[in-house]
Amino acid sequence: MFQRDRLFTLIVWSAALLVVLIFASFIGNIIYYGLKNFSFLYLWSNPINTGREGGIFPIIISTLLILLVCMTVAIPLSLCTAIFLTEFTSQENILARFIRRSIDVLSGVPSIVFGLFGNAFFSVKLGLGFSILSGGLTLACMVLPIMIRLTQEGLRAVPPEYSLSGSALGISRSQILLHLLLPAAAPSVIVGLVLGVGRALAETAALVFTSGYVDRLPQSLWDSGRALSVHIYDLSMNVPGGETSAYKSAFTLLILVFFINSITTQLTKLWLQKRIILQ
Amino acid sequence: MNKELPEFYPSLPLKIRPDCCEPSPHFQIENLSLKYGSKFAFRNIKLTLNRGCITALVGPSGCGKTSFLMCLNRLIELIPGASVTGEIFFDTQDLMKAKTPVIELRRKVGMIFQKPNPFPQTIRKNIEFPLKEHGILDPIKRREILERALTDVGLWQEVKDRLEAPALTLSGGQQQRLCIARAIALEPEVLLMDEPCSSLDPISSGVVEDLIASLRQRFTVLIVTHNLAQARRIADYVAFFWLEDGAGSLIESGPTKQIFNEPRHKLTAAYIGGLRG
Repeated sequence: MFQRDRLFTLIVWSAALLVVLIFASFIGNIIYYGLKNFSFLYLWSNPINTGREGGIFPIIISTLLILLVCMTVAIPLSLCTAIFLTEFTSQENILARFIRRSIDVLSGVPSIVFGLFGNAFFSVKLGLGFSILSGGLTLACMVLPIMIRLTQEGLRAVPPEYSLSGSALGISRSQILLHLLLPAAAPSVIVGLVLGVGRALAETAALVFTSGYVDRLPQSLWDSGRALSVHIYDLSMNVPGGETSAYKSAFTLLILVFFINSITTQLTKLWLQKRIILQ
Repeated sequence: MNKELPEFYPSLPLKIRPDCCEPSPHFQIENLSLKYGSKFAFRNIKLTLNRGCITALVGPSGCGKTSFLMCLNRLIELIPGASVTGEIFFDTQDLMKAKTPVIELRRKVGMIFQKPNPFPQTIRKNIEFPLKEHGILDPIKRREILERALTDVGLWQEVKDRLEAPALTLSGGQQQRLCIARAIALEPEVLLMDEPCSSLDPISSGVVEDLIASLRQRFTVLIVTHNLAQARRIADYVAFFWLEDGAGSLIESGPTKQIFNEPRHKLTAAYIGGLRG
């Protein structure tokens, strides 16, 4: 018995260590090669010679714009859908079941399929062409399922007393939601947001078909713009001698994800703390 | 019937209550039944609550006392699968009408839950948030109401220096008094209380009980309690629920003195005598 316990402990520990090791070596690799001859000028200048030299300024702007479009659409949509599913319908409701099933299916669709759909629908059918707008909207479709699911889980975990005691005091449903339920569900909503942002920033395949390849500074949302992930893919696959720059871009992407996530988390917490006190 | 069971009568002297003025009905409930799905929670309840009096609802668990309370402020409609039939008149207002303005009704008919449930906000916000929702936008006025409500429940001296502290840092008894303050800040006419003392320690329970007794005449109070001694101490009227055929029903109701001294029904006598339940 004792022997078996020790073996078990050993397996659990080595598995955990292995995960940490993989993660550390992977991050370390990017930081090591990315920081090699990295300068802030890299962030501020235009790419030269298809990205082998120069910087990535227009690419960062395109990435941020695509993310902005994506989140502007995905956040309200996912919040409202989650609220509808948890607060306005019962579990057995046919429409709710249909929506839940759609979300399940949607979350299992490979990103390349989203890319093809985005291309066919946003670029061609709606005539948006290869643009930041079609890219952002395609990404919004992609991140919706995860954001809805986590918001829903957060709302479900809120103790039912909040809702009951609020209603018993004659507070309207919308105010209970805004002041009590959503703030209480916030930790989960934030996780959804962070995962959504991460997934959107990491996406390559879907964007190749929708927001395109152009590495100039976009003049409007209707312009094509190259996202960082696409840039990394292009540098490492299609541009001989682009590896150094690819590493630097990957490093930038990591920092970007980190920054955006901490800013969203802090802002959401700040907004919430005005409403309720999270333990 | 009471002649057969004399030995069960409580022998303690009753605190005689003035029959709080002329009884005038505030709530009239006729033939009220509640079903969850196809199962009756209670059936054919007929009860009148008199203005300014404390009515205690006693009886074993699971006979629909809490659900009954929730019918009176229509909170029951938030419970999936619940369907109510019968008549409830609040003054002259027919509450069973679909068009009843529930927000306004719930301001007039406050409710206190078994477990203290302050919002996870500061003490001040707990009272001011509902006030704001009911259109009291002047901060000075809200502040006055806050102080008055907290004074009424005897909490003002205890919390006046820490109004910005989270309400959940208060003790259980304080939390429950805060919940009562939150309800009376809205100047309701009726307070529904669902075992407000049962999750509190004996000392806090005593404090809350005295508070409830002090609300007599200012509010019409309907209080569910499992504590018969408590019902006897504070209630003017007692209504006794019991399970019949798996559904709650009202066995007997009347002035506290009568229910405890001369119960008309055998079950009532057995219950208050401690023989059953």
